[in-house]
Amino acid sequence: MTTTARTDTTDTTASTGTAAATAPGTAATPEDQPGGVGLRLRGLQRSFGATTALDGLDLDITPGELVALLGPSGCGKTTALRIIAGFESADRGELLIGGEDVTAVPANRRDIGMVFQSYSLFPTMTAAENVAYGLRVRKAPKAERAARAGELLELVGLPGREKHYPHQLSGGQQQRVALARALAIRPRILLLDEPLSALDAKVRLQLREEIRRLQLELGITTVFVTHDQEEALSMADRVAVMRDGRLEQCAPPNELYERPATPFVAEFVGTMNRLPGVVRDSGTVEVLGRRLPVHGECPGSGREVDVLLRPEGLKVHTGAEAQGEPATVRVATFLGGVTRLLLSTDSGAEAKADLPSWEAETLTPGARCTLTPHDNPVLVEEVAR
Amino acid sequence: MAGLTATPRVRRVRKRPYGSFLVLLLAALYFLVPVAASLWFTVDDPGKGVTFGAYARGLRDEGMATSLGLSIRLGLATVALGLLLMVPTMVVVALRLPRLRRVVEVLCMVPLIMPPVALVAGVSTVLSWEQDLADTPLWATFQALHNKSFPLVLVLVYTVMSLPFLYRSLDGGLRGTDLKTLVEASRSLGASRLGTLCRVVVPNLRPAIVSGAVLSLAMVLGEYTVASVLGFEPFSVWMVHVGDYEAQLSVAAAMLSLLITWGLLLLLTNLAGGRTRNRNRNRNRTGDRRKTTV
Repeated sequence: MTTTARTDTTDTTASTGTAAATAPGTAATPEDQPGGVGLRLRGLQRSFGATTALDGLDLDITPGELVALLGPSGCGKTTALRIIAGFESADRGELLIGGEDVTAVPANRRDIGMVFQSYSLFPTMTAAENVAYGLRVRKAPKAERAARAGELLELVGLPGREKHYPHQLSGGQQQRVALARALAIRPRILLLDEPLSALDAKVRLQLREEIRRLQLELGITTVFVTHDQEEALSMADRVAVMRDGRLEQCAPPNELYERPATPFVAEFVGTMNRLPGVVRDSGTVEVLGRRLPVHGECPGSGREVDVLLRPEGLKVHTGAEAQGEPATVRVATFLGGVTRLLLSTDSGAEAKADLPSWEAETLTPGARCTLTPHDNPVLVEEVAR
Repeated sequence: MAGLTATPRVRRVRKRPYGSFLVLLLAALYFLVPVAASLWFTVDDPGKGVTFGAYARGLRDEGMATSLGLSIRLGLATVALGLLLMVPTMVVVALRLPRLRRVVEVLCMVPLIMPPVALVAGVSTVLSWEQDLADTPLWATFQALHNKSFPLVLVLVYTVMSLPFLYRSLDGGLRGTDLKTLVEASRSLGASRLGTLCRVVVPNLRPAIVSGAVLSLAMVLGEYTVASVLGFEPFSVWMVHVGDYEAQLSVAAAMLSLLITWGLLLLLTNLAGGRTRNRNRNRNRTGDRRKTTV
């Protein structure tokens, strides 16, 4: 029997489409459509003492696009967001919103809506007063403020909560009010600074779908900072992976997952195996007894490398006709529809392989099998063994 | 059989907090016995029984009204100046200069360890420069500083003396608020720095501001040393003077001042607590609705 491993991550990527579906009764009015403006970051540089937070960050975001800034802690994603918001200034570089250079424009004149990680509602104001705050600052008439606050609270699914104070709302509700407040001023850009990280898993899933729905309905250009790859992959049109203040890759979620530009991106997004291989002639690498084409940088012939392979990029064979590298199942982890196997090859390497749970029933710890990779191009990284 | 296997009912023995009651009783006695004794002293007229003559005389006395009015005006001016000085300072330190927090704290605590007599000695020395400045524009400033009807110098000294109270209250308020995020949220919505201070920061710090104001006001109303040494006669100094020749009136005035101070404190606390009470009332009305919704 030959079993082809399958990924569970693609499910979350596909859910973007579901999240994007319009919700009944909440269609945006024409005046709600800000039309979306482009955002351009040009060579942004920022240091805090000896630490470089941003090291020449370049990023173009098209009107109406949702881009997620993803990366490990300290990669500079929050600094980039704060520079866009105007809360930090860049040491060098420029920031253009709709073609206008706003690098030196103070935060309160940028027309940017922001939702923060911590529930940032004003505790002394009701939900309606919070939503209407930006309009009050703009000296909008009281009736207009009240109408807009009611309209937006309904849009975020909180009708009838106008008079509630923040402490009377749950975390999810508070973030909805914060979102309504950010949208009330019809911002040119919407910034989301890990808005879901303080919420529990169920509310988080629900709210991320709603945020995406609203963003698509209103067509608002959005930058979303997160360290949660699943969140980024499921919500964003493009994901910008950052590392040490630099952009590693900015691509649509499926491209990022399937064709990562660098080993860092490959390992940061999803799960990745590192298997020993040797580079052969004409840009191919030999791994698990097969030759595969290399994509990206390829060291010279004969060099020893780590070959990066997804768990679903490995085929697990059992039975007498089995071919490939012999291996033993060490751990089988049931993950619902998928079972993840931790395997040790006879040559001493370790690999993870995902396969449908019904096919993995016989592959209990101690079971013998063989491993072969799919024929897709792979990333390699030179190593000294 | 069922009876045999049933879990025996455990009766929780509730401990009676006798110790706490005793402490509370002792504290109450400590505070109330002197007040009650003073009250008895003011109303007990040997031979005539209980009379409120001392209070009537106090209310008719022009000196009491003048000195009490001066004390209240000094207190309000001190609170206003202290808050104007401390609220923006502490907000700026919390948001922009957190490294200076310790420096500001130490500076604000100095008046607590400095005896008022030492402070007033320095102030007296500075005020004595007036004679040397007779021909300069500064002379008028010195005149205004120790104007008998409203001595600004006392407001300045009291402001310094109120710094520890204001600092402690505001610091507690700032620590309990995510000020940075609130300010950034307000700024991103288009508010200016001043607008953010007035619409977001001050309302959020209101309980802390009121607490600092109440403590400062109480301090000013009871302060004696500085005013007496500098030769002014606010309420505390007047009471001591009156005590020299009419002890019962002096104590009656003290009782009245206690009532007035409590009244002022209650007024301020209520002014600050209005919104909080409304919020609490709303919280009680909505009950646990939040638990069932997302």
